[in-house]
Amino acid sequence: MAQRIDVTDLNVYYGSFLAVADVSMMIEPRSVTALIGPSGCGKSTFLRTLNRMHEVIPGARVEGKVTMDGVDLYDQAVDPVAVRRQIGMVFQRPNPFPTMSIAENVLAGVRLNNRRISKSDAADLVERSLHGANLWKEVKDRLDRPGSSLSGGQQQRLCIARAIAVRPQILLMDEPASALDPISTLAIEDLIHELKNDYTIVIVTHNMQQAARVSDRTAFFNVSATGEPGRLVEMDDTRTMFSTPSVQATEDYISGRFG
Amino acid sequence: MTHPDREPSVSSIPDAPTPTPEPPPVSTQGTRPAKDRAGRAFAGLSTGAGALILLVLAAVAGFLLLEAWPAIQAPAEELAKISWIPDDGSLARYVGPLVFGTLLGAVLALLLAVPVALGIALFISHYAPRRLASALGYVVDLLAAIPSVIYGLWGGLWLAPRVQPLWDWLGANLGFIPLFEGPAATPPRVMMTVGVVLAVMILPIITAVSREVFLQTPRLHEEAALALGATRWEMVRMAVLPFGRSGVISASMLGLGRALGETMAVLMILSPGLTYSFALLAAGRHQTIAANIALQFPEASPLGVSALIATGLALFVITLLVNMAARWVVARRADFSGAN
Amino acid sequence: MATTTQRPAAAPPSTRDLLTRPDRRRHLTDRAMQGVVTLAFLLALVPLISLVWTVVANGIERLSPYFFVVSMRGVFGGMDAGGIYHAIVGTLMVTGFATLISVPIGLLTAIYLVEYGRGSLARAVTFFVDVMTGIPSIVAGLFAYALFAVFFGPGVRFGVVGAVALSVLMIPVVVRSSEEMLRLVPNELREAAYALGVPKWLTILKVVLRTAAAGIVTGVMLAIARVIGETAPLLITLGVIDSINYNLFEGRMMTLPVYVFRQYSQGLVPCSPDQLDCIATINYDRAWAAALVLIGIVLLLNLLARLVARYFAPARGH
Repeated sequence: MAQRIDVTDLNVYYGSFLAVADVSMMIEPRSVTALIGPSGCGKSTFLRTLNRMHEVIPGARVEGKVTMDGVDLYDQAVDPVAVRRQIGMVFQRPNPFPTMSIAENVLAGVRLNNRRISKSDAADLVERSLHGANLWKEVKDRLDRPGSSLSGGQQQRLCIARAIAVRPQILLMDEPASALDPISTLAIEDLIHELKNDYTIVIVTHNMQQAARVSDRTAFFNVSATGEPGRLVEMDDTRTMFSTPSVQATEDYISGRFG
Repeated sequence: MTHPDREPSVSSIPDAPTPTPEPPPVSTQGTRPAKDRAGRAFAGLSTGAGALILLVLAAVAGFLLLEAWPAIQAPAEELAKISWIPDDGSLARYVGPLVFGTLLGAVLALLLAVPVALGIALFISHYAPRRLASALGYVVDLLAAIPSVIYGLWGGLWLAPRVQPLWDWLGANLGFIPLFEGPAATPPRVMMTVGVVLAVMILPIITAVSREVFLQTPRLHEEAALALGATRWEMVRMAVLPFGRSGVISASMLGLGRALGETMAVLMILSPGLTYSFALLAAGRHQTIAANIALQFPEASPLGVSALIATGLALFVITLLVNMAARWVVARRADFSGAN
Repeated sequence: MATTTQRPAAAPPSTRDLLTRPDRRRHLTDRAMQGVVTLAFLLALVPLISLVWTVVANGIERLSPYFFVVSMRGVFGGMDAGGIYHAIVGTLMVTGFATLISVPIGLLTAIYLVEYGRGSLARAVTFFVDVMTGIPSIVAGLFAYALFAVFFGPGVRFGVVGAVALSVLMIPVVVRSSEEMLRLVPNELREAAYALGVPKWLTILKVVLRTAAAGIVTGVMLAIARVIGETAPLLITLGVIDSINYNLFEGRMMTLPVYVFRQYSQGLVPCSPDQLDCIATINYDRAWAAALVLIGIVLLLNLLARLVARYFAPARGH
């Protein structure tokens, strides 16, 4: 399943504004890669280019290459819909579909490809996905209740269940715990630990401790001034990054001197 | 509330004199009593205007009832003298087919308009290039600006000859369905033609309301659908349509209300008749309340006018119910979104 | 089966396949719906374009200075004569009087709702303004007739009756648009004025109304554009007349929309072959020409309203 991603010389534009410049990195399969950096450094923008979600914003475009298993995601022949099917995403704020039940939410993505999924298969998949998101025990008795009836942390795990139900190769997470309380945050972090056995995970986070706790590798993005593009400063094993970073700016940021 | 302590009392109790400890340095400083009187007068004036609205609406109902009363309680033999009232002099038997015709035309218009209006609304909100979207919305709104008498003129002189072959075909090939019972009338001064014109007329209102609701779809839900690998249409079905459903329902009801009360297009196109018939392609079968009033009013006797006003009262009640239902749906939706 | 792929058939699809081969059915559905939605929009353009084109093409021919300056007095049969002067006079006077009634009431109601309105009265007003928006225009006409018939007896028809009918239709529109504009005025402006010790009513007059002025004017113009084309209520409150009437308080009046209807309903003129000056379609011709003038007025009002909104929108003068 889990694939690696290679990014080469990536520039991201909004119209004529260069938002992220010149990023090259390698994302290992079955690992957690954390993207950290101050606000406005382009880490979320960069994350969205990994499954072409940035195209939702009019005028956004990229130069450079993002390859998964040797296939350039921006190749002419590649279908963005298929890309997003293979590279799932979890957002900053939990966003279950309000008109769907918990079970329907989990199945939402699956039904797109397979409309006539049998009842027992569907039930299996719901259970498996909710297990995978550590939510099964909490919701197994109320699968037909609306997804919005859950707490914030539960909703976010429901969104993760929904994302892994389609069995993607890679899971992108855009500050998945920033809108949650500490206990729900811990639940999400535990979940990330388990998910990396099956998925390649890229997570954007504002929280230094969180990056240190969950990730294997960390990439630090920075922006020199507003109006300037964000750049990848350095990327290394998380332990190295947090103990002996090679760039002064990284050390300043991690030790809380700015950002 | 960030303003000084004394302000809330000013804004919450408009009639209260401003308890200013020291007169503020403004030009009206020397005329405080006059100022208070002016303030009170202004508050009273605007409150009065608000109350007047309620009064006007009550007056509409009251005066219609007052003027309709002679016909409502007139003996049957008096009413039967009016040429266009059935021989048994029954007002109810007169109003019945009119209500039927009014509802038939409006529902037909709604069925034709809603699918197209949804398409246009989606096109503007989610398909057209963003820069064009507002201009395109304005173009559709222009349809609402055109006076109904011009729709009547256009429908009677331009559209009718052009839909004739289509209606002929419907009558010949789908005539086994009671709605399209043939042969189609020539010229096509029939309910079907009226329905098309009414549909065009209510298109803008349904489009405008639906478009606004679709545009309010939370980005979060749209992105959730796209991130699962949904195509644009699948995103619309997963996120946009469920979110906009109640808005579309109330938009349709507003459109229905418009179609129910439309006069000129019906008057200028339809060849009238007073029957309970579903044959949309037949002439001389249907009439609507509004068009009937406009048709008979100029020549009517005092009792006839009174009978017509009674039918107008029926129309008033019907549209009132439809519009209130629409508002109710909107209000219920507002409650829901507030709770989430 | 001769397959050209290098992998055995049982192998999972390659990443390239996964990313480049979208589900055909879903892809087609998406495309089809895009087509349907675009088609719906184009479909709406058909009546708009055909209507405007028909009115212009049929109306332009009769449009001349003469058409604007004469009435229909003494015009009959297929005579190549007659104009819309009396209808324009009537439309301007009746609509003007309706505006005179509606704007103060509508604006004050909006002020009440935004600045003073609390509790059940405000809720009732809001609700019934919405309900009033839905009153069919013919019912508004009947109401005005019924109101005046009570005092002046049956068969009452003069300008003010029509103006009252139009006001019933116009007031809710003015309330809605003005209310929206007043609510757009930031509270900071009001608070700044209060902080200077300006009383509430002066704040509303000098700060709030002035800030919202452009929007309110736009709203009023759109409301005028809406009622200036009303036919049905005027047909029953003003009747029809062929000559000029400058008196709003006495006698029937002609208006432009009713004129269009009147000409249309008179239909084709039966001309005998030896009558050289008889035009069979004269009534339709006049109807189209008057319709063109009416559409011109309505669109001009709409356009002006947008221009006012655009150029005067940023609050000036304080």
